[in-house]
Amino acid sequence: MADPSNAEGQKMAQEPQQEFQAESPLLEAWRMYRRNIPALFGTVMLTLIIAATLYGTLFYTGDAFDIVWAPHEAPGMTPEFPLGTDYLGRDLIAGLLTGGGPTLAVGAAAAALTMVIGITLGALAGFYGGWVDNLLMRITEFFQVLPALLFAMVLVTLFSPSLTTIAIAIGVVSWPQTARLTRAEFLKIKQLEYVTAARAIGAKNKRIIWKVILPNALPPLIVSATLTVGVAILFEAGLSFLGLGDPNVMSWGLMIGANREYILDAWWPVTFPGLAIFFTVFSVSLIGDGLNDAFNPKLRER
Amino acid sequence: MNAPYLFKRLGYGLLLMLGVVVLNFFLIRLAPGDPAVVIAGEMGGATEEMLESIREEYGLNKPVLTQLGIYVGNIAQGDLGESYFFNQPVSKLIGERIYPTVLLVLSALIMAIVLGVFLGVLAARKPNGPMSAFVAVFSTIGYAVPVFWTGIMLIILFASVWPIFPVEGMLSVKLRDAGIIVRSLDILHHLALPAFTLAIIYLAQYARLSRASMLEVLGSDYVRTARAKGASERTVLFKHALRNAALPILTVAGLQFGSLISGALLVETVFNWPGMGTLAFDAILRRDYPTIMGVLFIASGIVVVANLLTDLSYRLADPRLRGKS
Repeated sequence: MADPSNAEGQKMAQEPQQEFQAESPLLEAWRMYRRNIPALFGTVMLTLIIAATLYGTLFYTGDAFDIVWAPHEAPGMTPEFPLGTDYLGRDLIAGLLTGGGPTLAVGAAAAALTMVIGITLGALAGFYGGWVDNLLMRITEFFQVLPALLFAMVLVTLFSPSLTTIAIAIGVVSWPQTARLTRAEFLKIKQLEYVTAARAIGAKNKRIIWKVILPNALPPLIVSATLTVGVAILFEAGLSFLGLGDPNVMSWGLMIGANREYILDAWWPVTFPGLAIFFTVFSVSLIGDGLNDAFNPKLRER
Repeated sequence: MNAPYLFKRLGYGLLLMLGVVVLNFFLIRLAPGDPAVVIAGEMGGATEEMLESIREEYGLNKPVLTQLGIYVGNIAQGDLGESYFFNQPVSKLIGERIYPTVLLVLSALIMAIVLGVFLGVLAARKPNGPMSAFVAVFSTIGYAVPVFWTGIMLIILFASVWPIFPVEGMLSVKLRDAGIIVRSLDILHHLALPAFTLAIIYLAQYARLSRASMLEVLGSDYVRTARAKGASERTVLFKHALRNAALPILTVAGLQFGSLISGALLVETVFNWPGMGTLAFDAILRRDYPTIMGVLFIASGIVVVANLLTDLSYRLADPRLRGKS
């Protein structure tokens, strides 16, 4: 902690005129973020996990669905399969490396969809107010009443259980919170002077919404997007665990679900994929907390 | 509490439920294939007579709006349709499963709030103390653990290492004919692990939330006044501060009911708890749509009721809100 701040001080001393210049909020946030050790730890951990799922199979070849050894070989017993094998005799490391990709991809896609729906509806509701706000908020409340996992289960069952359907289902059930957050930010920001100023120089509503208000509402939305990725990953894992994912695509949730009948014979086939999910979501949430602290330094004490 | 407000809220709740019914109706029709076949379930065993009787009952040969009218009318009369897989009325199937789910959800919620608030209050006393650090770490971990995996880990622990809690079902077979007290105790015994599993995530969140909320309240004037008049630390914390910090906690508890039900679904399948979650899971595996839609309807209904009760209860907790609509 002390080192970077010292370096900061020296830099300031070298360029005294910098001190009085207003700093870009993003730059300031990044300065806060890079001093936040848990957040950096999360960033490194997530990068490693993504790298392992993207490139791991280049070094560690082997199909996750292939039966390569005796079933339920314990970890550490056979040098070829350090983490052991599952109930069919499939290599767990191959499963972990190939199973991460779909989980992460679905999580990211679902979070992106959540943000698009949530921000659009929230922005329109907050900006226009009146009946638009009323209608959109009623729709939001309606979607908050539906138990999200159950609704996603229904969607996946009615349509095909492909990765796309799963991502869409998760996005469709998760957007209400983002919409509420965006709406609250818009309600706050639209009363500020610079919005009035933009209107006074003749900016159209469309421009005010997307170019003037939205950029200023971004910090809390970025934090929320990060947390949404974590929730979406847990969601995907839950659906695959229940056997509602694509049965031809290996994923961490599927590994846990497939092996759950045999947990009292072998703990390792369910434990390792669970840890993989945990560390992924954990690192995402450390990043989210770090961003939150960076954007709202005043709230840090809480 | 003013009556017009109550009626307004009730009417709004009914409107939301109507929305769920309409959604269910269109979901069945959006599904690829003949709705009659979808309703019968894709087990391949549906005979032509059976399909005909389904078309008759749901009015599938009539215009869509008439069909919707029939569907809404049936549900308004408590008829959720017939499960062709279980060969029973859906309302009866769900009726048997509501109580275990509500029991599980409420126990988990109470456990989470009581323990979470307690941890949060302790942490708020020393914002930089070890308890605060624990709450911060614990809430991040609690957020990141998949709930079904926690359940499985607890099963491994309590089935093989430390067998003090049953890991499956709701009632021991041998106690089926025992007296009500013995049976209730046995159910509580079976409830311990599923409820704790479900509570962990929310416990972490409530701890964090109540810590933040308490920190804000503890800085206020009336807390200083209470301290100045010589109230004991416990009175200040739990009587003066907590009552005022309780509002955000209550709000979140109400908002989270939907996600709590989703979590209960997963926990039920892990522990084989005979609630609506296991029913939904079985129904989905068999593509038994009347049952699935029935569970979605009733589960949404539970959330609507929970939201209504939350809304009314913070009018009780905060006198300033009374009389406003």
